[in-house]
Amino acid sequence: MSAAVTHDDIARFNFLANFNKYMATVVAPGNAVAFRERVEPVWVRERGEPPQTRGEVRRAMASDPHYRFWSALRRCGMEMRQQAGRSLVLRQAESLRDRARELGSSHAAGLQLDPAVTVPRYQSELDNHCMPGSYYAEYLDDDVSAAANYDAGMFATTTGLFGRFLDGAGRGTADWLQQTRPAWRPRRILDLGCGVGHNTVPLARAFPDAQVVAVDLAAPMLRYGHARAVGMGIDNIQFQQANAEGLPFEAQSFDFIYSTMFLHETSHAALRNILGEASRLLAEGGIQIHLEQPPYRGMTLFEQFMRDWDCHYNNEPFWSALHETHLPSLLRERGFAAESIFETEIHALVEEEMPKVGIETEDFGRGGLWYAFGAIADGAAK
Amino acid sequence: MNPQWLELVNAAASGKRPHFFGDADVDRLLAIVWAMAGELAVTRERLDTLERLLAERAVVQRTDLDAYRPDAEAARERGEWQMEYIARLLRVLQQELDALRATGAKASGD
Repeated sequence: MSAAVTHDDIARFNFLANFNKYMATVVAPGNAVAFRERVEPVWVRERGEPPQTRGEVRRAMASDPHYRFWSALRRCGMEMRQQAGRSLVLRQAESLRDRARELGSSHAAGLQLDPAVTVPRYQSELDNHCMPGSYYAEYLDDDVSAAANYDAGMFATTTGLFGRFLDGAGRGTADWLQQTRPAWRPRRILDLGCGVGHNTVPLARAFPDAQVVAVDLAAPMLRYGHARAVGMGIDNIQFQQANAEGLPFEAQSFDFIYSTMFLHETSHAALRNILGEASRLLAEGGIQIHLEQPPYRGMTLFEQFMRDWDCHYNNEPFWSALHETHLPSLLRERGFAAESIFETEIHALVEEEMPKVGIETEDFGRGGLWYAFGAIADGAAK
Repeated sequence: MNPQWLELVNAAASGKRPHFFGDADVDRLLAIVWAMAGELAVTRERLDTLERLLAERAVVQRTDLDAYRPDAEAARERGEWQMEYIARLLRVLQQELDALRATGAKASGD
């Protein structure tokens, strides 16, 4: 389903991928050196103690020349990635749309759009991670361009860490599930905030007899995701447009519910509503699990500051709050007993030839390793 | 490209663009310089493909390129092109100097 690319389109992304890698391995680590060698000493000299909060680290670093240059270049990289994606996708917006229609028509029941679904204000206020038009902009009927751009550029921003098909988190989740419950076969699976289904497809593959429902707010993502899945030979996913804060499904109708890198894009209130829905929909004996970047608790102030960059400069307004929230407690508030709530780590499962996450490739929030939390619906415990 | 898309291709994301340097113009300039660096890499990659295809098809070997020495005429033409190119890029400096000279000439009563 992906967009047709020219030699120059590929070269543009090659440049951005290598630029990101260089930034992560050479330029970004310089911030810690600058902090240690010249920023913190000055702060201590002037105030008699080191910075006491993440915000103070940010204030201290704001005038450091290395940090400024790294930040400015990083922002440029984000914008160039969007420009490169849009320049290749928008010129073929009509043909991509036609291709999605054609692929989708062979399994039309797998796509359910609902024009009554509106984009909530917390999403429409700011274009998510600097994507012009966010996930929703539609420039023509049945547009898929926002999704095609997202799909085309993600490989460059993650430098291969999420795998060839960007499904490392989904494959890692399926693998985790098979290790945690070796003989268990979920019958109904729900993916919340599925986007183009990068991480839906691997679950549908791992459990071919399961019915998978993938929900998202954005029609372009669902149209593209549906066509992409059909193109990959997957027929057990239903892509459905819905707001995860209030889903049109019966209570306890899914036995595996998951989300990957979704919750940080939702507001304080929406986060609680979404976890409420996930808890309502979870069947007896079922599992819900949510993958995110690790929480800030236990991290040094400097690392928190580095990870917080996206909140301030990459249109991720809810990033800080989410990483400060004790997420397992939210499930506790939703009625789960402490012993049925868990926290774990999910590693991206990627092809042999793809790079693996390591200290040298982790780029503060972009590695192929996730923090996960969830709960088991155990009647006795709940 | 369909001209109606061109503006959309280069659209900004909603939200204020941050600036990190003391002067926001430095951020602007860096954005332009870095976009050019990207386009240079794109050109270099295209050239690399061309060289490899020529070598594969036994038209020109990559070692031939490194061993190539322009004759006098080619060297002169290249030199001319370089001068034109540099003058085009640094046009603004020349224009400012021209203006400064004109002011100086006026003041000295020429």
